Amino acid sequence: MRITVDSHRCVGAGQCVLSAPEVFDQDEDGLVTVLTHRPGAEEQQAVRRADTLCPSRAITVHED
Amino acid sequence: MDKMTSTEPRVVGFPLRTPGEPFPPPRYEEYRRDTGLVLSYLPNGNKVWLVTRHEDVRAVLTNRKISSNPDHRGFPNISDTMGVPRQEQIPGWFVGLDSPEHDRFRKALIPEFTVRRVREMRPAIERTVEERIDAMLAAGNSADLVADFALPVPSLVISTLLGVPPVDRDFFESRTRTLVAIRSSTDQQRDTATKELLRYINRLVAIKEKWPGDDLISRLLATGTLHSQELSGVLMLLLIAGHETTANNIALGVVTLLLNPEWIGDDRAVEETLRFHSVADLVSLRVAVEDVEISGQLVRAGEGIIPLVAAANHDTDAFECPHRFDPARTERHHVAFGYGVHQCLGQNLVRVEMEIAYRKLFERIPDLQLAVPVEELPLKYDGVLCGLHELPVRW
Ligand code: HEM
Repeated sequence: MRITVDSHRCVGAGQCVLSAPEVFDQDEDGLVTVLTHRPGAEEQQAVRRADTLCPSRAITVHED
Repeated sequence: MDKMTSTEPRVVGFPLRTPGEPFPPPRYEEYRRDTGLVLSYLPNGNKVWLVTRHEDVRAVLTNRKISSNPDHRGFPNISDTMGVPRQEQIPGWFVGLDSPEHDRFRKALIPEFTVRRVREMRPAIERTVEERIDAMLAAGNSADLVADFALPVPSLVISTLLGVPPVDRDFFESRTRTLVAIRSSTDQQRDTATKELLRYINRLVAIKEKWPGDDLISRLLATGTLHSQELSGVLMLLLIAGHETTANNIALGVVTLLLNPEWIGDDRAVEETLRFHSVADLVSLRVAVEDVEISGQLVRAGEGIIPLVAAANHDTDAFECPHRFDPARTERHHVAFGYGVHQCLGQNLVRVEMEIAYRKLFERIPDLQLAVPVEELPLKYDGVLCGLHELPVRW
């Protein structure tokens, strides 16, 4: 699994940080940043949840 | 365009809620199963489409042909029809703006509401909650949990957030309370309270311009992106958006926990309360600015749209046994905070407030109980939000 984010789309709801705090963070502007672009198996469910919850579709999960 | 069906839409009455019936109204389920989208007419005669399916609500709230701006023809001015005069588009009222105008305000505020920033506010929130519990315990062995706890806590938290000096917090709290007490205050009193709050906020901004401190207003001023008039509008929005919404969730959540005591002490009850009660059912208001298809139905430019979040959050296609209060459920994609670019900015603050409120209440008052039978609790149907007028409790 590989993750990319588009911080221009981000509206800072923070749902990704709540869902997968090991993988996502908010930068000083409060916008999404990725801590690990290739999350381990134990994080993948949380990442998928973050993707479903994101209100502005700022997260893309690539299954490669 | 020819794939759009032209079946006659189902027309339903407005208002949607009847005193005495449970919330969300059981009729929502029928609408959802039936056509998904139903048509209604506001008391002023304007056409409004009600969206009831989870999938459709999310689609509406992310569709660029659908606007949040009340200045557009056909916008459903629902608070107007309920006796709350329509908020004029005051500068800075960005929940009523579309992208890209909206985004400038949202971007300026996001840093104030990050998960990390809200975590830093925990000690202050805990202190506020403890003080209200102390006051209730000192006053005897019964209370109205709405007036004595649920309403003051979020108001005091917002005043801390805005940097209202402690000496002014009682003033601030009493005026915000007048705004929401639609049973016991008159239109005139609410109008006066609004003006007093606006005047107070303007003064606070002027003071922070001269003597900046370590608070939200000073930081927003320092960004230089908002004029002081816009800033006042933003602050009024924070105040109004974050007060009664939070209060109603605190009060309804306590009732639900008293009825389902096995979940007391489980923080997952917070998220489930938000979904289960969906108090902001009539908050996200929209209008089509171009013709658009929703649920296979053609909605014309200039027609109002209301995504009913309580209906969506009880959609059986999105949630298993949605009518059951089940904090252990794994689906968390409820739309209690809306969806899309306007999704609630204060949501992480609310989560922390609710968690602390429930935890401290049941920790400090373990034998908390309802002082009237649950059927007699006065549900608040006559406002934009669903809530309780009063919550008599004893211990
Ligand atoms: C449980 C409590 C709350 C609920 C259920 C709630 C619900 C909502 C909903 C449904 C929206 C979307 C409106 C729309 O789509 O037009 C919204 C937006 C908003 N909320 Fe909340 N809210 C709550 C608490 C708060 C708090 C505590 C604050 C801040 C102190 C706040 C600030 C805002 C702001 C500023 C917006 C507009 C965001 C934008 O337009 O980008 N809310 N809220």
